[in-house]
Amino acid sequence: MKLKTLILAGIAGATGLSAVAASPALAQGDQFFPMLVYRTGPYAPSGIPVANGFRDYYTLINNRDGGINGVKISFEECETEYNTKLGVECYEKLKNNGSTGASLFNPYSTGITYQLIPKAAVDEVPILSMGYGRTAAADGRVFEWVFNFPTTYWSQASAFINYVAQQEGGFEKLKGMKIAHVHHNSAYGKEANPTLEALAKKFGYKLTLLAVDHPGQEQKATWLQIRRLKPDWVFMSGWGVMNQVAIKEAASINFKMDNFVGNWWSGSDADVIPAGKGAVGYKSATFHGPGAAWQVHKDIVKHVYGGDESKAKANNVGEVLYNRAVVNAMFGVEAIRTAQGKFGNKAMTGKQVRWGLENLNITEARLKDLGMEGFTRAVKVSCIDHETGGPIVIQQWDGAKWSIVSDWIPTLRDVVRPMVETAAANYAAENKITPRTCN
Amino acid sequence: MLYDVLIAPFLDMADSPVFFAEVVIVGLLTGVMYSLVALGFVLIFKASGVFNFAQGVMVLFAALTLVGLMEHGVPTWLALILTVVIMVVLAYGIEWFMLRRLVNQEGIILFMATIGLSFVLQGLGETMWGSNVKALDIGIPDASFEVSGILLNEFDLFAAASGAVLVAVLAVFFHYTRIGRALRAVADDHQAALSVGIPLKTIWVIVWAVAGMVGLVAGIMWGAKSGVQFSLSLIALKALPVLILGGFTSVPGAIVGGLIIGVGEKVAEIYWGPLFGGAIENWFAYVLALVFLLFRPQGLFGERIIERV
Amino acid sequence: MFYREAGQFKTSYAADQTVFPIVQDRWGVAAMVAIAFVGVPLVASEYMLQAVLIPFLIFALAAIGLNLLTGYCGQVSLGTGGFMMVGGYMTYKLTTTFPDVNILIVFVFAGLCAALVGFVFGLPSLRIKGFYLAVATLAAQFFLGWTFNKVGWFYNYNPSGTITAPPRELFGITITGPTASAEVRYLVVLCIVAVFAMMAKNLVRGRVGRSWMAIRDMDIAAEIIGIQPIRTKLMAFTISSFYCGVAGAMMVFLWLGSAETEAFDINQSFLVLFMVIIGGLGSILGSFLGAAFVIITPIILTNAPPMFGIDLPIDLQKHIEIMLFGSLIVFFLIVEPHGLARLWQIAKEKLRLWPFPY
Repeated sequence: MKLKTLILAGIAGATGLSAVAASPALAQGDQFFPMLVYRTGPYAPSGIPVANGFRDYYTLINNRDGGINGVKISFEECETEYNTKLGVECYEKLKNNGSTGASLFNPYSTGITYQLIPKAAVDEVPILSMGYGRTAAADGRVFEWVFNFPTTYWSQASAFINYVAQQEGGFEKLKGMKIAHVHHNSAYGKEANPTLEALAKKFGYKLTLLAVDHPGQEQKATWLQIRRLKPDWVFMSGWGVMNQVAIKEAASINFKMDNFVGNWWSGSDADVIPAGKGAVGYKSATFHGPGAAWQVHKDIVKHVYGGDESKAKANNVGEVLYNRAVVNAMFGVEAIRTAQGKFGNKAMTGKQVRWGLENLNITEARLKDLGMEGFTRAVKVSCIDHETGGPIVIQQWDGAKWSIVSDWIPTLRDVVRPMVETAAANYAAENKITPRTCN
Repeated sequence: MLYDVLIAPFLDMADSPVFFAEVVIVGLLTGVMYSLVALGFVLIFKASGVFNFAQGVMVLFAALTLVGLMEHGVPTWLALILTVVIMVVLAYGIEWFMLRRLVNQEGIILFMATIGLSFVLQGLGETMWGSNVKALDIGIPDASFEVSGILLNEFDLFAAASGAVLVAVLAVFFHYTRIGRALRAVADDHQAALSVGIPLKTIWVIVWAVAGMVGLVAGIMWGAKSGVQFSLSLIALKALPVLILGGFTSVPGAIVGGLIIGVGEKVAEIYWGPLFGGAIENWFAYVLALVFLLFRPQGLFGERIIERV
Repeated sequence: MFYREAGQFKTSYAADQTVFPIVQDRWGVAAMVAIAFVGVPLVASEYMLQAVLIPFLIFALAAIGLNLLTGYCGQVSLGTGGFMMVGGYMTYKLTTTFPDVNILIVFVFAGLCAALVGFVFGLPSLRIKGFYLAVATLAAQFFLGWTFNKVGWFYNYNPSGTITAPPRELFGITITGPTASAEVRYLVVLCIVAVFAMMAKNLVRGRVGRSWMAIRDMDIAAEIIGIQPIRTKLMAFTISSFYCGVAGAMMVFLWLGSAETEAFDINQSFLVLFMVIIGGLGSILGSFLGAAFVIITPIILTNAPPMFGIDLPIDLQKHIEIMLFGSLIVFFLIVEPHGLARLWQIAKEKLRLWPFPY
C-alpha cells in the first residue's frame, strides 16, 4: 500500500519534471527582463525592496509609456534566496525566455555575479552589476559583457576617504588618523580592503581591518576592539543581519555615530530600524536620493498603484534599496532605448543591449525627462570604462528617514583606475582572455 | 612569531587589566546568551533523546509570532501569552505528526526528522508573518553605563539575569515537581518509565512546549539585538559548541559551557585574532569544545557513557 | 513476470559474487548507463544538464563519499562542505600553478589533499562518538571556511578571494571554464562519477568495507575480533574526504565555474547528509537516489505551480516549497527510515513475485 502511494508520487514527480523542460512561451515581440530576486531567506529584508523596485519601474514603463518606444516589457521573477546554486538554476531557466532572450541580468548578489561573469560572454547576455560584483569589471577591454557603473566598491572606498578628508579639513589631516574597516568576511566584504590599504600608504592614516564572520549576529568582540582602538572613523561593509547588529553595538559602546559610515549596502531602512533610536546619526554612502518625493515616485504611485499611497508604502516605495532598484531598472531601460536608436524600435537581443549599455549616455536633461532630476547623476559609459567612477553622496538617518548630508563627493580615480587595470589584466592572464582594443 | 602567539597577548592583558576585565565580563554575558539557546537543545535531548536541530528555527518561529502579533496591535502581555499558547499547540502537533510515528528509531533518523521540521517551521513562520526584518522592542532598557572603566549595557545584564532565572526555574522544575521527576525518569529509560505508568506522549509534549518557551526567551533576547528575521535561526550554530562542551544532557552544563565558550572566544578573538587576521571566534569556539571533549568525550557534565559488548 | 531468476545458475564463486548477480539487473544497469552516456546528451536541454543532471551527479559523488563514512563506518560527519571546499580550492591552486598538467590528474591530487585534511579531522573520532563527533566535525567546517577565506595563497591573492575555473582541455576539447559546453561537462562528470561509484561499490564489498561495517555495528566488539578501530576509522575518514574533495573540485570546475567559501557552507554539509539518510545509510545506490531526491524535488516544486497555471507570489511559492520539502523528509523517514534504497529493495522483491504473489 505504502509502496503504491510512493510509486504514484514518483510518477507524478517525473511528469512534473518533464514538463519543466517546456518553459512557458511569452508574447511575441516583448523585451524580456529576467529578475533574480530573493524575497525569502537570510537576506530577504534587502531583497524585497529591490525586487519591488524593479517590478514597479518596469510596470511604470508599460503603463505610462506603453513600453520602451512601443516595445512592451515582460519580466519574470526567479527566487534565488541569495544562494549561488539556485542562482545558476534561475539563470539557465530565464536566459532564453522572451522573444529575444534575456536582455540583461541584474544578479544583486556578489556570488551569483562572479558566477555569471564568465558565462555572460559565452551566452551573449550582458550583466549590469550596479555598484557590486567584481570591481575589476570596470575595465571594459577585458570584461566586454559586464558593466558596473555608476561606481564601484573601490571608488566608493576612495570617496569615503575623500569625505573624511573633507570633514577633517584636508588630506594632510589624515596623517596619523585611525580608521577602522568593519567588513563582512566574504568576497564582498573584502572588496574595499586593497583600496583602503593603498590610500593608507598614500595619506598616512592607520588602517585597522576587522572581519566579521557570516552571519554576524554576535559582534561583541569586534566592537570591544573598536572601543579599545578608539578609531576616528569607522567604515563598514556589512550585509544582512550584520548591519543591524553592528549599528546596535556601535550605539551601545557610545561610538560617535557621525563618524560611523556604512557603504551603500549597509544603509537601507531595514538596517537602521531594528536598532531603534540607537541608529540616529548613522551615515551611509549612496549614489541616489532617498525618500519618495521625486517625480518618478509620484508617477509610480499614480500609474502602478492607481494613486493608493498606503499600498505604495507597503510595497517599499521610497526606501533606499527600492530607490536603488529604480535607478538600476532605469539604466537597463535606457540602455535598450539607446540600442533601439541604432537597431530600430523592436525587442533587442543581448548583443544589442550590450551595445546600448556601452554607449549609454544619460544626461542631466534626460534625467529630468525621466523624473529623476537630482535623484541620481548623469552617466556616460564607454568601451574602456564600464564604471565611470561616479561620485557618491552621504546620507544620514535621523530616526525616521534618511536625508542627504553632503555634496556629491568625487572618487579618487587616479588611485583606483590603475588598480582596476592591474586586477583586470591578472584576470585576463589567468583565464586566457585577450583584451580587446577600444577605439 | 612564537613570541607574538605565546607571550605578547599575555603582556597585552596585563598591560590594561581593566580592559581585560571588560573582555571577560562581556564574554560571560555573551555566554549566557548562548546558553539560552543551548538550553532548548538540552531539554529535548534529555527527555526524548532527540538532537533537535529545529531549535534554532523554533527560536525564530517564537520571536516571529510574538512580533507578528505585536505588529497587529496586540498588547505585549497578551502577545506573550498567545505566543506561549501557540508554542504549546506546536508541541502537540510535533508530537502527533512526528514523534509518535518515529518512536524507537535511531538517533540520526530523529535528527534528520527535526531538520525536516525546521524547514516546515521556517516556511510556516515566514508565510504567516513575512520575511521582512521586524524591530522587537518590549521595553527592555538598553542604555550603557560605565563602572570603574568597564562599560556595561543594561540590556546585556537584563538578558543574563533572565537567563539565570530561567535556569533556576528549570532546575526547580526538574527536581521538585511531579512532572519534573517524571521527565527525569523518561530521560533515564523510556521503557522503565512507561512500565511504571508515566505517560510518555504527554511528557514529550511538555518538554517540547518548554523548549519552545525557552526558545521564545532566547528569541526575545537575540531578536532585540538584530531585529527578528531569518538569520535568528542561525544562532543555533553558536549554541552547538556550548552544547557539546557542557554535555547534551545537562542543564547546568549548558550554562557552564556557555560561559566557557563566551569568555574563551572573546579573549581569543581580541588578543589572538589580530595575529591571524581576525574573525577566528566562530571556529575557535568549536576547537575549544573539541579540546575539552578529548578529555571528557561526553562533555563536562554529560552522563558517563558506558559501553558493553 | 520478467524479473525472475529462475534458470540462472551460478557455477563459480566469481559468478556468485558479481556486483549484479541477476541477469536482468545487469541489463538494466547497462541500459541505464547507455542512456546516461548516449541518450541524455542528445536529448537534454542545457537547463536540464546545467541545473539538474550535473549537480545531481556531483552531489551523488559527495553523498557516496559521506555514505562510506556515515553509512558504512557509522561516523556522523557534518564537515562534508569543508572537505569539498578543500577539493575545490586545491584544484584551483594546483591548476593555476601547473597549467599544463591534465585537469583530471589535478582533480585526483586535490582529492588527495582533501583526504589528508580528512585524516587530520578524523583523529578526534578515536575518542569522541555519536552526536558529539558530529558537532565536533563542524570545527572542520568552520575552520576550513575561515582558512580559505583568509589565506591569500589559496586564491592567488586576488582581491576578492573568489576562485574562477580557468579553461582546461582534455584530448583537445575544452572541459572546464565558460566555453566548455554543458554536454561535454556532463559527460566528464558522468565518467568520473561512474568510475568512483564502481570503486566504492567494490570497496564496500571487500575487506575494508566489512571492517567498516563491523566498527559501525559495534566498535568494541569489532576491536575484540581484531579490527583496529584507529586504522579503520581513519581510513574511512580519509577515503570519504577523498570522494568529497573530488566532488568539490567538480563542483567548482565542471558546474559552477566560480566559487567563494560560502558556496561550501554548512548548508552544503547538511544537504549531503540529507541525501545519505533519505537515500539510505550504507547503500551506494541510495546515495544516487538521495541526491536525486534532494536536488530534483525542489526544482519540481518550484516549477510545478506555474505548470498548472497557478500563479502564486514568488515568496509564498518558495515558502510552500520549503514546507513541502520538509514534510516530505519527515514523511519518508516515517514511511521508511532505511531510505529510498530500502524501498527499491522492497519493490524488487515484490516484482519478483509479480503478478502472482501467492
